[in-house]
Amino acid sequence: MRFTKDHEWVSLDGDVATIGITAYAAEQLGDVVFVETPEVGKSFAAGEGLAVVESVKAASDVYAPVSGEVLEANSALAEAPETVNQAPEADGWFAKVKIADPSTYEALMDRAAYDAYLETL
Amino acid sequence: MSDETLKLTPLHAAHLEAGARMVPFAGYSMPVQYKDGVLKEHIWTRESAGLFDVSHMGQARLRGVSPLSAFEEVTPGDFIGLKPGKQRYSVLLNKKGGIIDDLMAGRPDEDGLFVVVNGACKDNDFKIIDAELAGQVRIDRLEDRALLALQGPKAAEVLANHAPDAAKLAFMETAALQAFGVDAIISRSGYTGEDGYEISVPGEAAMRIWNTLLADARVKPIGLGARDSLRLEAGLPLYGHDLDETVSPIEAGLAFAVSKKRRDARDFPGASRIAAELGGELSRKAVGLKVEGAPAREGAEIADADGTVVGVVTSGGFSPSLGYPIALGFVPPALAVAGTVLKVIVRGKAQTAQVVPTPFVPHRYVRKV
Repeated sequence: MRFTKDHEWVSLDGDVATIGITAYAAEQLGDVVFVETPEVGKSFAAGEGLAVVESVKAASDVYAPVSGEVLEANSALAEAPETVNQAPEADGWFAKVKIADPSTYEALMDRAAYDAYLETL
Repeated sequence: MSDETLKLTPLHAAHLEAGARMVPFAGYSMPVQYKDGVLKEHIWTRESAGLFDVSHMGQARLRGVSPLSAFEEVTPGDFIGLKPGKQRYSVLLNKKGGIIDDLMAGRPDEDGLFVVVNGACKDNDFKIIDAELAGQVRIDRLEDRALLALQGPKAAEVLANHAPDAAKLAFMETAALQAFGVDAIISRSGYTGEDGYEISVPGEAAMRIWNTLLADARVKPIGLGARDSLRLEAGLPLYGHDLDETVSPIEAGLAFAVSKKRRDARDFPGASRIAAELGGELSRKAVGLKVEGAPAREGAEIADADGTVVGVVTSGGFSPSLGYPIALGFVPPALAVAGTVLKVIVRGKAQTAQVVPTPFVPHRYVRKV
């Protein structure tokens, strides 16, 4: 698993990247009440808004950690957005994308680097 | 505003101890939520009793020869007719009938008027009242007092243990009395739609009283996040969002705050505009919206069935009690009819929003004791 400074995570299986938000981000957001996931087939460049996650208080953008085309969105979040709080780095995933360039995955922070980054916040 | 300049309420240490997330609000460092989070705090208040620190709000006494009649010069309420022991919701109006602030003003005793105004507006409010009513009233700000709100269906039985006399108050009644061993000013009112009380106490006693109330298992501390979602469900406007200096009480659905006597006399600021609006010349009206899909937040455009933009959301969010998003906003009166199907534009997409009556969640005020 790799991480961004905006608190997205991405895991890679072949060329399929699964994307979500970190436990830290979910904790900061508080109770998630709505998730807007991307349309299948749509392409995103790294850094573009991929999804929107809403707590009771506010809406927050989720940015694509890597470039690619959306293969699948987590439709279960429509009925159960609280999954993002309960299992942010597992069942609370947002989208699976076909990664454009796997080397961009390796360039992101690993768990140790992300944990060290969290220490600085 | 940087943290260094933020003011602290007398309960600041208690919030930190309870694990609150503190945010800047109205110039103060205030708890937006505690460990349970907004959803659980919201539901707890609806089902049991929530304790809120609202010490950022402005408390003052208006004293003078006839503070009641003087206060009528800046508000459209019937304050001359306000009996001892009663409290009224009112609005400070500018010359154009726009709302400078909304407030509570009551007579807990014979000592003039006790007023509570919004924290973010208080300096300006008291400056305006002082200027408008110079020579008639003296404003004594009670900056050394804290304000606690105890809200929820179990608030009355909890408070009865500590202030038996307060249990005799009905909704919108107020009294200066001894409670918790101090001089307290208690009113049966609040900002959640639930039964409950607002309790003004000396700042130095606030921590002890806060902890005393929280020692009751029925009571939990509730942050500003849930305070906002509770008041939204109750259809109560929030100053700076649903109300501002351009909004009249008629547009805002606060016609009840313009007393019959004052309507006839037309002797308050902006009376001509408000009379015209009461006569039907209204360009916009506040409505409640039941939103389908993503929450529509403040600033989201409201469109009619044809897609023409007709209004704007002034506050909106997810309703924890109802399980779907709700919003308040302005639309032309012709579209302000319950059942009208409109659209809200969220991130460029039109979502269905139906005009519904407010409150979204029924009020549970105790009007008779």
